[in-house]
This record gives sequence, structure tokens and C-alpha cells, in this order.
Amino acid sequence: MSLWKEYLHPHTVQDAITALTNAPHPACVIAGGTDLLLDLQQGNHPPVHTLVDLTGIPELRVLEIRDQDLVIGAGLTHNQVVDSALVQQHGQALVEACGLIGGPQVRNAATLGGNVAHALPAADGSIGLLALNARAEIASPAGRRQVPLLELFLAPGKSALNSKREILVNFSIPLRKAHQASAFCRIMRAQGIALPILNLALWLERTGDQVSAVQVAVGPAGPIPFRALNTEAFLIGKKFSAETIAGAQVTLLAEAAFRTSPARATQEYRRHLAGVLLKNSLTSAWERAE
Amino acid sequence: MINNQFSLTVNGQNYQLDRIPGETLADLLRKRLKLTGTKIACNEAECGACTVIIDGESVLSCAYPAERAEGKTITTIEGLAKQENGKMILHPLQEAFIKHGAVQCGFCIPGQIMTSYALLQHYQTPSSEEIRHALKDTLCRCAGYPTIEKSILAAARAMETGSAVEETGLLPSPSASQVIGKVQVRPDALEKVTGQAIFTDDLVFENMLFAAVRRAGVPHAILRSIDIKKAQQLPGVAAVLTAADIPGEHNHGLVIYDWPIMVGVNERVRYVGDALAIVAASTQEIARQALELIDVEFELQPVISDPIQSRQPGAAILHPDGNLLKHIKVRKGDPALGFAQSDLILEHTFHTPSTDHLFMEPECSLAVPLPDGRMEVYVGSQIPYQDRTQVARALGWPEERVRIVGQLMGGGFGGKEDITGQIHSALLANATGQPVKLLFDRHESLIVHPKRHATQIKVKLGAKKDGTLMAAQTELYGDTGAYASLGEKVLTRATTHSAGPYVIPHVHADCFAMYTNNPPAGAFRGFGVMQSAFAFESMMDILAEKLGMDRVELRRKNALRLGSETSTGQILRDSVGLVECIDRVEAKMLEISGLARGNLFKPRRVAGAGHLVRAWGFASAFKNTGLGGGADDCSGAEVELYEDGTLQVRSSAAELGQGLVTIMQMVVAQEFSLSPHLVRVLVMDTDLTPDGGPTTASRQTYVTGNASRLAAKTLRHAITAVYAEKFDEAPENILFSDAGLQVAGRTIPLGDVASEMHRLGKPPRSLYEYHAPATRPLGQGGDMHIAFSFATQAAEVEVNTLTGEVKVVQVISANDVGRAINPLGLQGQVEGGIVMGVGHALLENFITRDGYVVTDRMARYRIPSIVHTPAITSIVVEDPSRDGPYGAKGVGEIVLIPTPPAITNAIYNAVGIRFDHLPVDQEQILLTLLAQQSKRE
Repeated sequence: MSLWKEYLHPHTVQDAITALTNAPHPACVIAGGTDLLLDLQQGNHPPVHTLVDLTGIPELRVLEIRDQDLVIGAGLTHNQVVDSALVQQHGQALVEACGLIGGPQVRNAATLGGNVAHALPAADGSIGLLALNARAEIASPAGRRQVPLLELFLAPGKSALNSKREILVNFSIPLRKAHQASAFCRIMRAQGIALPILNLALWLERTGDQVSAVQVAVGPAGPIPFRALNTEAFLIGKKFSAETIAGAQVTLLAEAAFRTSPARATQEYRRHLAGVLLKNSLTSAWERAE
Repeated sequence: MINNQFSLTVNGQNYQLDRIPGETLADLLRKRLKLTGTKIACNEAECGACTVIIDGESVLSCAYPAERAEGKTITTIEGLAKQENGKMILHPLQEAFIKHGAVQCGFCIPGQIMTSYALLQHYQTPSSEEIRHALKDTLCRCAGYPTIEKSILAAARAMETGSAVEETGLLPSPSASQVIGKVQVRPDALEKVTGQAIFTDDLVFENMLFAAVRRAGVPHAILRSIDIKKAQQLPGVAAVLTAADIPGEHNHGLVIYDWPIMVGVNERVRYVGDALAIVAASTQEIARQALELIDVEFELQPVISDPIQSRQPGAAILHPDGNLLKHIKVRKGDPALGFAQSDLILEHTFHTPSTDHLFMEPECSLAVPLPDGRMEVYVGSQIPYQDRTQVARALGWPEERVRIVGQLMGGGFGGKEDITGQIHSALLANATGQPVKLLFDRHESLIVHPKRHATQIKVKLGAKKDGTLMAAQTELYGDTGAYASLGEKVLTRATTHSAGPYVIPHVHADCFAMYTNNPPAGAFRGFGVMQSAFAFESMMDILAEKLGMDRVELRRKNALRLGSETSTGQILRDSVGLVECIDRVEAKMLEISGLARGNLFKPRRVAGAGHLVRAWGFASAFKNTGLGGGADDCSGAEVELYEDGTLQVRSSAAELGQGLVTIMQMVVAQEFSLSPHLVRVLVMDTDLTPDGGPTTASRQTYVTGNASRLAAKTLRHAITAVYAEKFDEAPENILFSDAGLQVAGRTIPLGDVASEMHRLGKPPRSLYEYHAPATRPLGQGGDMHIAFSFATQAAEVEVNTLTGEVKVVQVISANDVGRAINPLGLQGQVEGGIVMGVGHALLENFITRDGYVVTDRMARYRIPSIVHTPAITSIVVEDPSRDGPYGAKGVGEIVLIPTPPAITNAIYNAVGIRFDHLPVDQEQILLTLLAQQSKRE
């Protein structure tokens, strides 16, 4: 009846992969554990025999610039992300997203990798990373690979990551250049579960009075976190103006599939909020990119 | 190979411990290291009570694998105070929490202090905003958030300057005497800030077993069979009991014995939380595992999910006497006549949801069989003597064979009046001969214990053009759920208060208290009056608008005053401070806002953020003190002088965080002219303390306050009489002081006085049984209640017109409490009441679907946190109550009652949207605003 039988502390990614493969099954990785332990306790996760703890692996806590990217270890806690001068410099949207999750106690344990691996369509950290065009590095018995973040999401709560064999190692986001900036915002509801009704992250580059590049991520606007590609296409090359924002709002509503979630929000409410959040994030990113 | 041991450092001490699979850090700390200051309130990473510091960072120990702590350094609440030369030096946070009155029930306090401690490691001088950000998920249901914030600021200043923690800025009452009215710190505050305070789950007995309860899990069915064989055979299981094994009475209940201790074969399951079988085993895990091995067969029945449906012809019948628990009637005058004389008649229907107390400490009962054949039950209960009766009846024993040993309670709010685990643990302890602990987790707590009554309330109100109220007719439906609990009493209060604290010549009220298949509804702070006040105070604002009359003036004009007659025919002869509450709140609102009277309630756009609209809202309320309705409202207290020179005051009245122990201490100190620290308090023990009656109905300050006062007075007279004779001194010349008895120029230490009294065969103790003035049942006119508390509130809200979000910016609250005995305790009641009121207005909603509980975890039932807490201005009105102790009456419930309508009235004033159901839905605000906008375009 205990939640696990064996608890392993590997110190390298390779050891962790080996442990996952060789330890008595079912085996599963645990990072912050703030979601996993509750899921196990409440019977929402199949029972496990072995937990492979990733928090003792230095490589997963890397936070450094490599070439043109900022590499953010998947094992960093939300507070470590928020407190990092490098992330503050290069990924404002991610800092804002991570700072809003839970209270400090949860942010001191929960990891960015866990947020992504959980594959919820409205996970704040995932939405923030997505707007920053992040790529994820995955370690598996076959070796390492890097994939665009969006490819990790298959369905609500279902990740392309094979949690029995694979480990999220880090996320890379392009370094911020002059006239580039990002922003994140979300709307909560006073009642019920602490998941955002809607969240939205946006990265842009401004050239003169025009938006020259832009990335928009929205959740929950479908079964997985959503990149608003049509909205991005609409915005590129446009002057930053009230009409442009209005046009972007229309485009977003045309492409995003907002749904009704009982006791959380109707589709109609979400559609309205999406316009509000798009305007807010666009405005703050634009101002920051000056 | 894995090392079977691991090491960690806790509070400076290194431990080598065996690995236990599946163990959380909270369990390691609490069970293995006996560091029980770390509390478990939700066990689902929602509430912050289990916060500890690991390598400098705050972490939730309930969601932290113990083995991850290997090699780490941990600080718990027990590690904050330092020992210097055998003296305990508190951390400034601990000192500040005590001095400022942030400690109430105390269950969340270790988590609050540890979270704050981590904050102060990062920010030496945190701003209000930083404090709110840090404490956002560390919940306090007593909701002393404003004081918690002040305490942290005070501690930070003390740490920065190296000086002592400053005192609270709270002033004594203008009417203060030697002790009464002064700021007094709780007697249990020190143990609560150091983690030494013991709650029931912190107790461990040798050979103790752990219990678990098989719940029905279906809302309505006939239990056709139950098979416990497999469960009995599971190794580690000591006993499995079903209804067939109950030696005595099969039902329990507070008024009506209609609630099965366990549902027997061929008997009716009436809600998902009904017990079918109980298990005791050597571990909690085995006990829970055994539950899965119990096979049951049900014949499912149609589910009654609301009181309207329950009253319809042809509805399934839940109880032998039908689904109507009670039709409650209030009859005053002739509403038809009153409506005929009215210039304006309005009618509107309101709905309020069920809500959960969400006391931070989940229910825990621990039954211990004694060698002499008696049974002790350790439990945090609001009515220890009722527990004794119900446990004894279930065992088929005389009451004296059972002893209820009350423990510190991590909040109650009315939710710890009914039996939860007391009988089950006692039955199992009786069957096994071993101590048995039954601890609910949050999930079980949410499903099982009685809630607040959901209501539908129709109000018809008639008035003259000048605002004179002429007639009110109300019709209430109350959902009392599967069992009666205190449903009849609660809904009687809802009904008798359903025409507000106003003079109305013609009032008829009809309430249908209906059984359904929802969890039972019972006592909850506000006791029905919260619901009817929401309806009536909304109605008063609707009326004011239709009449084109100032809403404050409308209330003032009709307010109950000295000599007024209530809806039940009671003439108010004293202590009616409503007009003063109204006047002072209005004056404060004008002062704070700087607005002209005519603009007070108009919407205002926030400068620089035009999408944010603010407005004030206004509401008044009243609430009875005491049981009333003809009940003998009685409490016993005993006061004794000891040879160590201290006094003890005893009563079974319950301390659930509200501060009764401080009141009792102060009352006795006042009567003896002594410092309160010389008075010790013992409560909630049926062997050692006289019956104080139920801790409900805002009654204990009044009745047990009086019992303590009169017991102390009697003892003082007895002692004085002895010394008057001995020294041939007039009794009035014999005085008490901390140094001793002052008589004939000498000072006799109080300990010596105690010895002398014993020597004379006159033990220095006095028992006083206080009976409140007689009351009359509803329907007979005359005094239905011994006193009423009155309140008025103004709430300023801010509505975000782009998103529909609502924030309560500030609340001005005036409460007529008769007399403020302890301003520090009163502050806690005021802050906590308002924040709980904000919760009921904006957040709280206990949702069931066809009898199944949807909000069955803390993650789904949200209560206010520090971020929902408005700025609070408290005005204390003291219109003394003739028979209350020093003029005091109750305050436990009144504060919460006007808050929801003050907020919804403010929302209407801000954006023109009238909420006739709670909680407020931000989505509805936004969609309504959009619809209004498109209509205009």
C-alpha cells in the first residue's frame, strides 16, 4: 500500500536512464513530485514500484548560455527560474509564468521539466516556453535528441515523452536580441481548482513601428498548448496600432478552439478573455521591446 | 546495493534513520521524530500547514519524499526558538505572532511562521505585497491575515533594528476596567507558536490501532448485503464491525437520533458519507486496505438532490416521517393588510449554496479503553457532554463510564458539533481492548461532516413611499441533507431573522426544512442567518433604488431600536446598537472615501485604469446570542484557588480558536482583582469540568462568561467571609492582589489562603451553574432570545470590466458586541468573520451533483487566502446587554453575516449587476456587461 517500494537517487542522466530500464517495474521518474505524489495518493496514477529521483543530477540544473541559446535545466525549480538573472534577461514570459504558479513552497519544489512533462494544455510554464520558441532536449537509452517543444504534447496530460525510458534534460530558448521582448498573462477564477481559465504568452521583435517577428502561445485552446500561427502571420509586418490589435484578436478567435469546461469557464468567456490577454501581452511586450 | 539507512539534520540534530518506502517528510517528522508541530491539514499540497525549511527554502513536507531529504538540513517550527542558559528565546516572528494576536486556533500557525521565516531570509524588510505573494497559499481559516501581516512586519522591524518586537497598536476598550477591556494575549499562544501545542492526531498511545470507515459512496440505496470476511482475514486487522455489532443505540444525532452509526443490511443509505463498516488495524495503510476487501451490494434508489424536489408529491421518502423535517412559521400581523397599505411591493428569489467549514484540523478521535472498564475519548469537540451521551448510548453504557477529554481544536465554526469519529473509535476500542485512533483525511472530512444549509429564499417586501417598511413575506427552502443534525434550529434562525433587523408591522415567514440525499447540513457560523441576511439586505438595496431613497437612510429609518418589536414578537429592552452601527459606518465611509454623501454609492473609475470600477456597498444584520426559543441556556463553571497561589477556572465549554479561554481567564482575574497570568483555564473534560453546554450560537462569552464570573464572585465572597471573621474586619476592607490577600495591614500569600481554607474544611472552590434569562419558543411571542448582536458593514469592491474579476478593496465593520472583553480576541473574530464573509461572497461553493460530492478535495473547494483579504476598519460598538457579563454579548457569528450582501450590493453599485445567488461569478459579470454593451450599440 505504500506509495513506492524503492527510491533511487542517480547522479547522472545516464544512471537515471539505466535505473529506469533496469529497476523493478513499474518505475517512474520523480522531479519536484508536487503533482506525482498527489496523483499516486489519490489513485490518479498507476501504482509504481520504483521512483527515480532526478533532483540530484547536476546536469538537469544547468542554467547557461550555449552559442545563441539560453539553456535552462529541466530540473530547475520554478523559483530558481524566477530568480535567475539570465532568464529575466532572455525569457521574461517564462519568469512571469513561473512566478505565478502556486505559493513559494510549491515553486521551491516543482520543476520546469515537471510542468512540461505533465502535458496540461494550460500549464503556465509550458505556455511561457512555447512563446519563447523553446526546444527540449530528451535523453533516452538510444541517446540524446532535441525537439521543438510543441512536439512533446499529444493530448491533455499525455506527453510524447516516454516516462518509462526517457528524461527531459533541458530547454533551449534563443537569446534575446535588441528590440525583442516577451510577456505572459493569465486569468484565474476565484472558485475551484487553481488552473488558469486562460493563459497567454507572447514574444515579439519590433522594427521601427512594426512587428517584425512574433510568437503567440495560448492555453487551454485545444487539447494541447496552442501556438497561434495565423495570428502570428497576421501580425508580422503590421504597425503596432489599435487596428492591428483588433485584427489580431479576430484572427486568434478564428483559429483557436476554446472550449467550455464545467465550473471553470464557458467557451464564450474564454473567447472574450483571449482578446483581453492578447492585447495586454502584446502591449507589454511591445513596450519592453523598445 | 542500497544503503538501508539515510541521514539528515533536523533542527541542528543529526539523525540516522531506516528508509521506509512511501514515507513523506511530514510523516517522518511527525511520527518518527515526534516533531508534531508540523501539521497536516490537507495532505494535498494546498494549504501550507506542513511547511518546513529545507536547506534554506520553504517546502511542503506532505508532498516531499522523506528519502529526498538525505543529507539535507531541515528546520521545523520546533527549531526556531533558541535555548540560552536554560531559557527559551523566541524568534521575533513567534514573539510578534503572540503579541499581535495572530494566533487563534493555532493549527496553521507553524506553517504561517515557517513560510514567513523563509520570506524574511530573502527579504529583510518585506513590503505588504511581498508578504501577500509569499503567504498566498498558506491558509488560515480563522483568517487573521491582516494581523499575520502586521506580525511579520513587526518581526522584520525588530530583526532589522535589533530591538524588541513592538506591542500591538490595539487600544483597550474605552470602557476598560482593571482586566476587562484590556488587550490580553491568549493563554495557549506560546505553545502554539513553538509547535508544542498538542492536537488529537499528535497523541500516541501504546498498542494503538488505526481505524478506517467504509463509506457508502452512493447517495441513496438499500444496503442488501455486506461481507467482511476477507477484510477480517487481512493480516494486521484487529476488528471489523458492522451495524450488527453495535451494543447499544444504533443511531446518533444532536436533536433527533436519525443518523445511523452504521447502516445495517436492509437499511437505507441516505448519503455518500454513510458508514457501513469500521475497521481497526495495526497501521493506517492496512486499515484502508481492509476497506477495499469489504463487499457490499446495494439496491440503488432515486436520488433527491434539492429541497424543492424533496417536497414534491411522489418524491422518494427518505425518513419514516417523510421528507419534511419541519415547517417553521413566523406570524406577526397580517401581511395582506400591510401590502395593501404599501405604495411599493417587491418580490425576488435568492439562492445560497452549501459551504464547508474547512477548519484546518481534520476530524480526529482517539478512544482509549481503561483497565477499570471505562472509556476515554480524546477529541476536539464543540459539545463534549453531548459526545459523552452519544458515545455512551452507542455502547449501551451509563454516561459516567465514558470520559470525553477535549483537545485543542484546529477550528470548528460549527462543524465540530456533530459526531464524526467519536462513536466509531469507541466501538472499535471496546471490541479490541486497545486504543484506536480514527483520523479523517481532507477528502473524508469534506464528504462526511455536516455543511451549511443551501437555501432558496423568496422575499416579498412592501413599503410606503417614504421608506417605511409595511410588510414582509418570506418563503424559505432549506436543504438539511440526509440527517437532521441541527437543521431545525439552523433554519429556525434563518426564518426568524428573514425580515432583517428592522421594524415591520406585518411579517409572515414559512420555511420548509427538507431532507435530501446530500451530505447533512448543520451548524455553521451564522447559523442560517447568513443566508437570510443575504436575501433581505439585497432586497433593501433594491427597495432603496426603486424608492429613490438613500440606502443608509432606509435602513436607519426602519432599524430596530430600544422598545422595537421583532418579527417574533420580542420587545427589545436593552442593548440595541444598530443605529449606532449604521451611523458610525456611514461616517467612517465618508471620512475614508472623501466622497460627498450623495456620491457615496456611485461607481468610480480607477484613475489610470479605466477598466477598473469601484463602488461601496452597505448592509446591516442581527444575530441572536444564545440558544433561546425556550431552551434552558445553562453553563457551569468551577473556580478553585490552589496552594501554589494560582486559580483555575473550569468548564466543558469548548475552545476552538475563538478565544473563550482568554475570556474565562480575564473574567476570573477581574473578579479577584488579579493579573490574568495567575488564572489557569481547563476546558472540555467531562470528568474534570462542569457542563458548559454546546459551544454554538455565539453563547459562550455570555453564559460561560457569566458562570465563570459568578463562580469567581462566590469563591471570593467565601474567602473574604472567612478572613473577615478571622481578623474581625469588614469584608469590603479585604482586598486581593497578586501579592496576596490584603487584610488588617497584612498581605497573606494566596497559596497560604488556599491552605487555610482547606484546614478549615472549606475547600476554596466554587461551582456555579448559570442559567440565562428564560426565553419562549417561537410562536408564543415574548422573549425568544436573551440578546442580539447587531452589525453594519460597508464594502468597497473593484470590478475589472474587461475580465469580470472582483476584488474587495476594503471593509468597514461596526459590531455591537455589548462590551469588548478582550480587544485582541475581538480583532481576531472581526478579521476572521469578514474574510470568511468574503469567501462566501466570492469563492466558496460546496458542489454536489445528484448527491455525489464534486468539491471533495481542498483543491476544489477554495477558501480565502491572504490575497483575498481586504483592508479592514473595525468599529467596536458597546451597547451593554443587561444580563451579559459586564454587558457583553456574542460576536462569533455576527461579523460574517453582513459581508456577502455588502459585497454584492457594492457590485451592483459598481456595474449594475444584481447577484441573487452566491458565490459571485466573474464570468456572469463579464458576459452581462458585454450583453449590456451590445444592447447599447
